Amino acid sequence: MRRFWLAVAAPALALVFAVAVTTIILQVSGHAPLQAYKDMWDYGTQPDSLVLTFNLSTTYYVAAVAVAIGFKMNLFNIGVDGQYRLAALFAAYVGGTINLPAPLHVAVILLVAMLVGALWAGVAAVLKNRRGVSEVISTIMLNYVATGILAYLLAEGRFGVLAQGSNNIGTPPIPASGQVPGIEVANLPGPFHGATSAIYGMVVVAVVVGVGYWWLLNRTRFGFDLRASGLSPTAATASGVDAKRMVLYVMLLSGAVAGLIGMPQLLGEAHTYNLDFPAGLGFTGIAIALLGRNSPVGIVFGALLWAFLDVSRQILDLEGVSKEIVTIMQGIAVLSVVIAYEVVRRYGIRAQQREVGRQLGTDEPVLVEAGA
Amino acid sequence: MVQLTGITKTFPGVRANYDIDIAVRRGTVHAIVGENGAGKSTLMKTLYGMHRPDSGTIAIDGKAVTLRSPSDAIALGVGMVHQHFQLADNFTVLENVILGDEPTAGGVIKLADARARIEKIGRDYRLSVDPDALVEDIGVGDRQRVEIIKVLFRGARTIILDEPTAVLVPQEVEQLFSALAELKREGLTVIFISHKLDEVLSVADEITVIRGGTTVATVLPSEVTARQLAELMVGSELPSPETRESTVTDVEVLGVEALSLVNDAGRVLLENIDLTIHKGEVVGIAGVEGNGQAELVETIMGMHTPTSGAVRLESEDITGWSTRRRREAGVGYIPEDRTRHGLLLEAPLWENRILGHQTQRPNAKGVLVDRKGAKADTQRIVEEYDVRTPSIDVMANALSGGNQQKLIVGREMSGNPRLLIAAHPTRGVDVGAQAAIWDLIRQARAAGLGVLLISADLDELIGLSDRIKVLLRGRLVADADPRTVTPEQLGSAMTGAGGGES
Repeated sequence: MRRFWLAVAAPALALVFAVAVTTIILQVSGHAPLQAYKDMWDYGTQPDSLVLTFNLSTTYYVAAVAVAIGFKMNLFNIGVDGQYRLAALFAAYVGGTINLPAPLHVAVILLVAMLVGALWAGVAAVLKNRRGVSEVISTIMLNYVATGILAYLLAEGRFGVLAQGSNNIGTPPIPASGQVPGIEVANLPGPFHGATSAIYGMVVVAVVVGVGYWWLLNRTRFGFDLRASGLSPTAATASGVDAKRMVLYVMLLSGAVAGLIGMPQLLGEAHTYNLDFPAGLGFTGIAIALLGRNSPVGIVFGALLWAFLDVSRQILDLEGVSKEIVTIMQGIAVLSVVIAYEVVRRYGIRAQQREVGRQLGTDEPVLVEAGA
Repeated sequence: MVQLTGITKTFPGVRANYDIDIAVRRGTVHAIVGENGAGKSTLMKTLYGMHRPDSGTIAIDGKAVTLRSPSDAIALGVGMVHQHFQLADNFTVLENVILGDEPTAGGVIKLADARARIEKIGRDYRLSVDPDALVEDIGVGDRQRVEIIKVLFRGARTIILDEPTAVLVPQEVEQLFSALAELKREGLTVIFISHKLDEVLSVADEITVIRGGTTVATVLPSEVTARQLAELMVGSELPSPETRESTVTDVEVLGVEALSLVNDAGRVLLENIDLTIHKGEVVGIAGVEGNGQAELVETIMGMHTPTSGAVRLESEDITGWSTRRRREAGVGYIPEDRTRHGLLLEAPLWENRILGHQTQRPNAKGVLVDRKGAKADTQRIVEEYDVRTPSIDVMANALSGGNQQKLIVGREMSGNPRLLIAAHPTRGVDVGAQAAIWDLIRQARAAGLGVLLISADLDELIGLSDRIKVLLRGRLVADADPRTVTPEQLGSAMTGAGGGES
């Protein structure tokens, strides 16, 4: 029970702090903070906003898990951003040029996405293992390279075709057999009742990713090696973990999941990769992974919160408040949650040492009652 | 005169010191003895201003003082030489001595002045070290002298030495003691922390014994024997590391042949090592730290790839095997630094049971972790090896060093190992756990394991080993028979001064 409260305490503290700072900023800049929050809440809890929040959080969740897989062994895959964009482009192109029966078509698209994401991440792993290049540097650089490749490939005569009636260039549209229909929720009772839009069918993939991530970490030998490498690289090596092989596998895995980030959007809504395709999700994923402390469950809440803030802040501009105030709030929340987790972690260690001391107090004379 | 009265210091959950009363007379060597974890270091940190006591007073020359930081202590003439040297390797002796307390004129360091003062200190107290030598080039004994000079340079009149002989060989200990005598003659006070009783008896004017966080007695060395002192320290009968009748067989478990290891920079770390361990045999490796012990162990464990030579486990050539494969083949490993190599500190005990045995039963079923099996077996280890813990779900860092080590020993003895590599198995553990670990190593030997034992504790090495080999600068330079060799002879061989039997 205490472990549960300790886990919840840090993000709660961070959030309270972030809201407090945002309140002060709103107050100082001459806005009524409570009114702004109320506007956000009212707008954010409308059925259509909630569907939007839910869909956005599906994408965010996959992004955060992709990052978290690396973080768990202190491998910083900052290149998730480039990996998912490149993966989405190739997947969209393949999906738009082939024609297969429905389930197979979707499967091929997903497979291509994962493969491209994994390969792009694998470059950083090989550089690290062979040449000792820090994955932080190489993945950041590979993001730029990915942007360059995207710009080159997304042109007429290569992967791109001009959309009808506009000058937006995109990949050939994916036919119906490669699309994943949305889940209609308008007639369901509950918060979504009356919504005009549908929930991404790809939410299933996010659930599979989440459960798979949890299972891999906590139930498999591979997951044990991964966590051991993160907790103590030296102890992991002494226990027989091959550090280089681990870097390669984890990087490939992180990249493969990264490849899925663009899929809800691609298969559920856009059906083409064009210049409007969302960018920067990899960095949002880093923030949410930090917020959810790399935990498969924590990230669910992180993703939902982040998406809710992203959606509900749209109303602020209409009310004369700059919506960037919410970006400040998100930033402060991430910064303070990192600190809060560390504080809570140390408190937890001390509390347990005290607890163990008290329980063994009878035969160890140096240990006394807590708080003495 | 340094007087500590009623000092109490608690950390969360641990009362490290309470009701400490010590009076140290000027111009004497006052030893403070106690087993590991008795609270000696905490006490000295209090006296050096590294933390403040919860209650009690410190008086220096009759005046009560409040020490907020080490600089307060230094200003009052109290200096400390830590057990782990705090020197910059890439600086010269001179630079290290003045570091943090540079005599300057208009922002420029007065090097000539500093050199003159260091040379004067060297002459006055017979602490000669070349001021221009790089610290990385000088030996352990010299480094310690640099630390002492550093303290004297800052005007200390009372010097605290925390376990100063732990890193020294017997000959260097002699040199240290003659330096201490010189300091005493000049009217300085030395507080000498140790758990090596022979040394304490030969160097101290007075001895205070600490047990379980408090002072239990102050005695004169002329009035006690080492055994009485030890019993004061432990509060009961003494364990001894001695092994009785031989269980050595002629079946080879480990064979190391012409093993060499050269690092990337071209430095030779191990050279032409030949070593055989039989079933039921403990082979001890003696050597001053940094002479290749860690590299030898890590090469046998497969963590380094040897430059040449071969390693055999029974009849199999395992030279090219990964660490995991070696462990699966029955090599148990008690690493030198348990917090770095032996444990996941922020993981529960049952996960630490899995560490190093991830692929073996009862921890694994196929590619999955067998949580139930691992937990049940952790419970067994906790009971069989007397690991004091309220549950197997607590984090490893909630346990004391001795209990952590017992868990590691229990883990490494599980799954029928053939070879046990034990590097400093009793380092930093209390006397009770030490005796238990010695017993376990003896049991392992009796059960027919081959044991490679690395230890800096020469009594432990002599007491447990069937054969001792001396490692010096990466080479096995001498053999010694533990039935006849003395720590002094072993010490000579360890420094290359001859001795031992070949």
